[in-house]
Amino acid sequence: MRWFRRTAKAGSHRVLVAFAGDDLDSVVLQAALRIARAEQATLVPAYLIVVPLTQPLDSPLVEPVGRALPILDAIESEARRSGVPVDSRMERGRSLRDAIRRLWSVEHFDRIILPATPGAREGFDEHDLAWILTHAPTETLVLRPAPVIA
Amino acid sequence: MSDVASPARGRHRILLGAAAGVGKTYRMLLEGRESAGLGVDVVIGYLEPHDRPDTIALAEGIEAVARRRVELEGVVLEEIDTEAVTRRAPELALIDELAHTNAPGSANRKRYEDIGEVLDAGIDVISTVNIQHLESLNDLGFELTGVRVRETFPDSVLDEADEVVLVDLSPQELRDRIKAGKVYPAARADAALANFFRNDNLQSLRQFALREVAEDVEARRAPAPSRAGHANPVLRAAIQERILVLLEPSPRSARLLRRAWRSGQRLGADIDALWVQAPGSSLTEDERVALAALRRLAVLLGVHFLEEEDGDRLGAIARTVADRKTTYVFLSRPQERRRDLLGGRSQLSRLLDAIPGVDVRLCADPGDAKVAPG
Repeated sequence: MRWFRRTAKAGSHRVLVAFAGDDLDSVVLQAALRIARAEQATLVPAYLIVVPLTQPLDSPLVEPVGRALPILDAIESEARRSGVPVDSRMERGRSLRDAIRRLWSVEHFDRIILPATPGAREGFDEHDLAWILTHAPTETLVLRPAPVIA
Repeated sequence: MSDVASPARGRHRILLGAAAGVGKTYRMLLEGRESAGLGVDVVIGYLEPHDRPDTIALAEGIEAVARRRVELEGVVLEEIDTEAVTRRAPELALIDELAHTNAPGSANRKRYEDIGEVLDAGIDVISTVNIQHLESLNDLGFELTGVRVRETFPDSVLDEADEVVLVDLSPQELRDRIKAGKVYPAARADAALANFFRNDNLQSLRQFALREVAEDVEARRAPAPSRAGHANPVLRAAIQERILVLLEPSPRSARLLRRAWRSGQRLGADIDALWVQAPGSSLTEDERVALAALRRLAVLLGVHFLEEEDGDRLGAIARTVADRKTTYVFLSRPQERRRDLLGGRSQLSRLLDAIPGVDVRLCADPGDAKVAPG
């Protein structure tokens, strides 16, 4: 009988799943976990924060951090249950594109996963996705969220 | 503009417990009876007696507002009738289990929202809840107990309450009560004791509850303006908490920093984070990336990131504690090697000796916890 599900040793491969808003769609998270597990990679969930121009870029961001932490905690918890090493980030920028660009400019990722959030107020719209697909330094997957059942 | 002034909001007193069976409902009824004895108009808004004879007996004689009945797929559920409680307009309403999720179709999804309406009507409320229902502890509670609580309530409910009172019972006393059939029917007692009510689970939950109430007391002791910047610097220095987080270049330090930030928010404390590197030592690429990520996280959280180069890590920590007037140190569980324990001197005990008079919180890394087979 197996009593422990050991978390795999952190691999040198790193899979970034970047998101914003109030949640990371569970379908996207499960897909990212499956990919990370298959590639024996570390999952890097990154919560992206847009800092308005009225605020210095390097100021503490209490409210968005307060929103991000429970989401990152939940993702880390799910990753541990799946046996996937996890290393979360919060990254800021003047836009989502700016935030993700800042992140990939200082850290290496072998794969980037993005949730498409059509029509959402927060999250990547089609223009963001097109820009990221053009500029990302590595292979990028755009995943559709779970279908909404009316 | 209305001529009728809206009533002042009622006072909310939450009786917080580590687990079912510690006596929250009993205590709520006792307090209700005492208030009634002093001439206060008290009603039971909602009571969950769990078929416990002592609880049922204690409720006798206190007026209970009729519950709202909801039929769902042939099953009749009973919920608090908020309208009836506010129409009755007592001075104090006793409302059990604030994290409860109401039946579909109810005006409010959660009972704490019902309680909010009762408070808005100027009625004082005593309510009850268990710590593992607290939203921010839900994942940690799951990690430690293996039980996922579906009925949660936001931390703001606890923050906004006028009083949070811990109803405490030692794990052994609680297990004795369960064995005696005072919490669950005798047929369910053995299963309960072997599963959720294991001693280690109860110890963990009790620690959560004690910590939550301790931090709540701290937060209330120093009102916000004082914590943010009291006019009297002597008084400010006396009440100000200052946290120091001891970092290492790894992902678990990011989790530690986030946890310290949460505590800092509750305590109104400034936070420093310290990384001590031995002279001449070098970092691996992974460590370099992790350290850079910690620096960025510190900026985002408003944490002062301190870096020291010193071969004497304990000395550097003690010096920083003295310089920054640290009152509370956060660290991850040290990964002791056998040679660190020679002579019975662990890293932790040496640290405690080096910083006397400073509180230390040793944070478990959930990544090290056992995961139930699934």
